[in-house]
Amino acid sequence: MNRYTWRTFGLELVMIATAVVFVFPLYVLVNLSLRPQGQLVDPLGVHSLTLANYSDAWHQAGLGRAIFNSVVVTVASVAIVVVVSSLAAYPLARSTARWSRWMFATFMLGLLLPFQLALLPLYTTMRDLHLLGSLWGLVLFYSGLQVPFSVFLYTAFLRALPRDYEEAALLDGCSPLQSFRRIVFPLLRPITGTVVILNAIFVWNDFLTPLLYLSGSDRQTIPVAIFTFVGQYTSNWQLVFAALVMGVAPILLVYFAMQKQIIRGFAGGLKG
Amino acid sequence: MRALADLSIDAPERQAIRSGGVLRALRVRTALPAAAASTWWFVLPALALYAFIVLVPTVRGSYYSFTNWDGLNPVLHFVGWDNFTAIVHDEAARGAIKHTVLIAVAITIIQNAIGLLLALGVHSQIKSKYVLRVALFAPAVMTPVVIAYLWQYLYTPDGAINRGLGAVGLGSLEQGWLGDPSLALWCIVAVIVWQFAGYSMVIFLAGLQGIPPEITDAAAVDGAGAFRRFWYVTRPMIAPAITVNLMLSIIGGLKLFDQVWVLTGGGPGYATETLSTLIYRDAFQFGEFAYSTALALLLTVFVAVVSGAQYRLLRRQEYA
Repeated sequence: MNRYTWRTFGLELVMIATAVVFVFPLYVLVNLSLRPQGQLVDPLGVHSLTLANYSDAWHQAGLGRAIFNSVVVTVASVAIVVVVSSLAAYPLARSTARWSRWMFATFMLGLLLPFQLALLPLYTTMRDLHLLGSLWGLVLFYSGLQVPFSVFLYTAFLRALPRDYEEAALLDGCSPLQSFRRIVFPLLRPITGTVVILNAIFVWNDFLTPLLYLSGSDRQTIPVAIFTFVGQYTSNWQLVFAALVMGVAPILLVYFAMQKQIIRGFAGGLKG
Repeated sequence: MRALADLSIDAPERQAIRSGGVLRALRVRTALPAAAASTWWFVLPALALYAFIVLVPTVRGSYYSFTNWDGLNPVLHFVGWDNFTAIVHDEAARGAIKHTVLIAVAITIIQNAIGLLLALGVHSQIKSKYVLRVALFAPAVMTPVVIAYLWQYLYTPDGAINRGLGAVGLGSLEQGWLGDPSLALWCIVAVIVWQFAGYSMVIFLAGLQGIPPEITDAAAVDGAGAFRRFWYVTRPMIAPAITVNLMLSIIGGLKLFDQVWVLTGGGPGYATETLSTLIYRDAFQFGEFAYSTALALLLTVFVAVVSGAQYRLLRRQEYA
């Protein structure tokens, strides 16, 4: 029943054709980014190619700084989210008390609330605390925003994890915090991988928040830098496309290097 | 003391006792809650961040939508339902509600249909399936702003789509795409579907991989055709994946901002204005903070109602 038949071959051809159609826009993106200035005709064929657009776009869009800022914001917020969410998930998963169930429900409410409602009041708070235009304001923002989702993933994982090791550690005289740090947290590694991947991709790609919270400052993350740059050079598509390729390259490189874990994270991480 | 006595028994024996449930009730009531209760403060850092960033601003926003809040003046006047009455009489807002619902429904249907077909395709015997999965999922991790600019070019009057149509002799189908008020909304839907069909695919795929092959094989031996096998065997078994996918796409569709803002900015005219773009515009271009939070509260109610209803409906199906 599991043989490779002519019908399988037909399906193979159909699927490959579909994938080619899917990837086609990305081909156009790279192709045009390599064209010399003034040569936009025929976005499909391959003509004389140049890397000049890349160095021009890199400097004019300030991509070096933007990538640095994006890395800082992403690493810092993901690190904070991992620490606070795994910690919070521990009593939520282990305790059957009423407060624990209520607390879990409160966190889960955050999965439902669209952020738009908190957007404006939080904006004025950030303004009054002088956190607008600061990368740390952004880090603080993501650290809070991503808590519900990460707590959800950690709690679900912890509930399925046997308690034997941590009990043994407690009986051997570990404090709860020590037992968490030395025993529980290392056991959470598989789900920590998922939490890191999903949060990092979200933070890296997010546009609306940095657009609002960094506007008017010279600090930009990748999506905002690209938005600002394209706003100035819309007619120069070669330059724009070179900036787009460089803006999306870091995340694509990470994706191709870790595609197995990333796809598994997305496929499994969201199951309730 | 209970826990100590328990631990003095050898591990396999302990396992047997526990699975027999003899000590389980005792353990839950004694040793464990004691240990867990002393860790309650572990939730505090997460709770503080979550309260500061999400809970408190959400509550404040809900309240502000019934006031004349302008983002600056700390003295607020309660205005009752005034902001909501204004929404009902605001043509732009009515349009935005319509577009938001339309986009969410269209994305949910099309993206999941395509995602399911792709998943069935790569869950087969074909040799290229691993490469195809990686390629088809790739757009889902890419920055939406980048994707939106790429498509903005593809849609331009002399962009790749019109040139491609011309090259294959379909020049009569060449359009202004994003410039055409009746088409622009569908162009946005197409971009979202293109970007996230691979996402739906991997979730469906995870569901499909959880089905033991013997079950579908048995149905085939019993003479069930491909469609009947799918409908009566596969579909019920991937019900959880269907639930997750429908929830994700409809909520994502309702909240959509980045792609719309970059592709059309809500235009031409107000043809693609959604609740999210209108919230942004009213607050930051027109300074209508209270009105904008009222729109946001409306969006919240939408999301809550839709996801609540969908969750109940689909859960019932899963257990049926």
